[in-house]
Amino acid sequence: MTTAPNTYTDLRPSGPAPTDAGYDVRRVRRDFPILAQKIHGKPLVYLDNAATTQKPQQVLDAIARYYSEDNANVHRGVHLLSERATEAYERARTIAQNFLNAARPEEIIFVRGTTEAINLVAQTYGRRNLAAGDEIIITAMEHHSNIVPWQMLCEEKGARLRVVPINDRGELQLEEYEKLLGPKTKLVAMGHVSNALGTINPVRRIIELAHQQGVPVLVDGAQAAPRMKVDVRELDADFYAFSGHKIYGPTGIGVLYGKASLLEAMPPYQGGGDMISSVTFEKTLYNKLPHKFEAGTPHMEGAIGLGAALDYVNRLGMENITAHEQDVLAYATEKVAALPGVRLIGTARQKTGVLSFVLEPIHPHDIGTILDQEGIAIRTGHHCAQPVMLRFGVPATARASFGLYNTREDVDALVRGLNRVREVFA
Amino acid sequence: MADLRDLYQEVILEHSKQPRNYRELGDANHKAEGYNPLCGDHFTVYLKLAGEKIQDVSFQGSGCAISKASASMMTQSVKGKTMAEAEKIFRQFHGLVTGAEHNGSQEELGKLAVFSGVSEFPVRVKCATLAWHTLHAALEGKQEAVSTE
Repeated sequence: MTTAPNTYTDLRPSGPAPTDAGYDVRRVRRDFPILAQKIHGKPLVYLDNAATTQKPQQVLDAIARYYSEDNANVHRGVHLLSERATEAYERARTIAQNFLNAARPEEIIFVRGTTEAINLVAQTYGRRNLAAGDEIIITAMEHHSNIVPWQMLCEEKGARLRVVPINDRGELQLEEYEKLLGPKTKLVAMGHVSNALGTINPVRRIIELAHQQGVPVLVDGAQAAPRMKVDVRELDADFYAFSGHKIYGPTGIGVLYGKASLLEAMPPYQGGGDMISSVTFEKTLYNKLPHKFEAGTPHMEGAIGLGAALDYVNRLGMENITAHEQDVLAYATEKVAALPGVRLIGTARQKTGVLSFVLEPIHPHDIGTILDQEGIAIRTGHHCAQPVMLRFGVPATARASFGLYNTREDVDALVRGLNRVREVFA
Repeated sequence: MADLRDLYQEVILEHSKQPRNYRELGDANHKAEGYNPLCGDHFTVYLKLAGEKIQDVSFQGSGCAISKASASMMTQSVKGKTMAEAEKIFRQFHGLVTGAEHNGSQEELGKLAVFSGVSEFPVRVKCATLAWHTLHAALEGKQEAVSTE
């Protein structure tokens, strides 16, 4: 008889989860040991969550417990540890399946992150289905990771990249998208939420329009998955990708969701162990889904940590997280916009998580250095979205991005910090 | 703890607001472009060389206060110098901002010594040296844009 594998996600050192009655951000913060420290003598105010998020103790414990008690290679050992590791790894897949409301666990492919997920689709689905003269549609607000893999593919195939423009608020121009969609379109690839602007794109409508033309859609969910409920079946997304480290999990792990019918028809991404069912020098038979796309020993620790992170988010409740972040964003938007010299970059009516701005005439890099001295971590630069910077006529922006542990007090600290910036440059 | 005032000295702020020699040089015979992809800084350095001598130098572009002030003060410090002298100042300046050359000779630096605070802010070294790398490329007559990455 085998011992039941450890559950990695049942530890809550700080007590029970907040109830539906209220979101207790004070208690949530206690789950994140890194937040308790001081930076340059000031309490850390971490506002760089669109770049990466901090990890709760529950995730750290899950990883430590995996290595302390269950580590072995998955899918191949007959021994108990291998069985436990396999169960833990596959349980993480089921957690991710439920998180996205995917129909089947084998529609969840573990990858390194969103970037690898997009490259996987470009190199398998894309290479198989694109020919010279075909078109791929992206948007003007994409992260470089949802531009470059398609450019590489287009270059190889003689295909063409078409870009849906955005308006001055940073919203997609849907009517332009409809004009671009046509018989040459073979794929649409689009961010659910813009990392540089915070815009929430109407992906359901985008997908509906594409499907009317028989065109599949890949959604880059790196910024959406941590901030809002995602239901791939309700969206009818063909592919959906997100990264573990942006949703309070480890780096080096992410998820590619794909409809089983599409994944089945796609060639493998990489060759190696685990992705085969039999190998001879004459002929190799590929493994079934999802293993066909997971060559080599996988990132077991990462998947288990991601599973713990998704459990953590589920326990807090995505609706609560969304409502909390919207409150902090609304408060920050009002306070920061009121500062002299501030121009917000990205003022979409539907947005989340991200407050990008410039404080003229001070360069964002100088803002970042001065805020850091106040213990405040923000991102400055082009946010891997240089076309967005070009669209708004700025070389860079300062970006505060919020997570489930940020508070209105964090925003007050940011505003004090920005006033300090203005003093230095007065 | 590093002090902000060590980095943002008055003279640096003043140069960043009113950069000297900030123009295109019509009769330049060397020029180079420099980028810092991390923060989007982008400068062009123009040179008018007469033999070995830097007869005139100017710059244009956009960047943070440190990079702009550094470019401005660089143009002042190398104007009228020989190419070899300019390269020597660059080496000393580089030692100053990286904190690598505490004992080395820095007597050529003059006013550029105000950038010593940069060594306390390692991520800003690239800002302070961007214009100098660009000058170096212009002196060597390189056609490709230089990058600090």
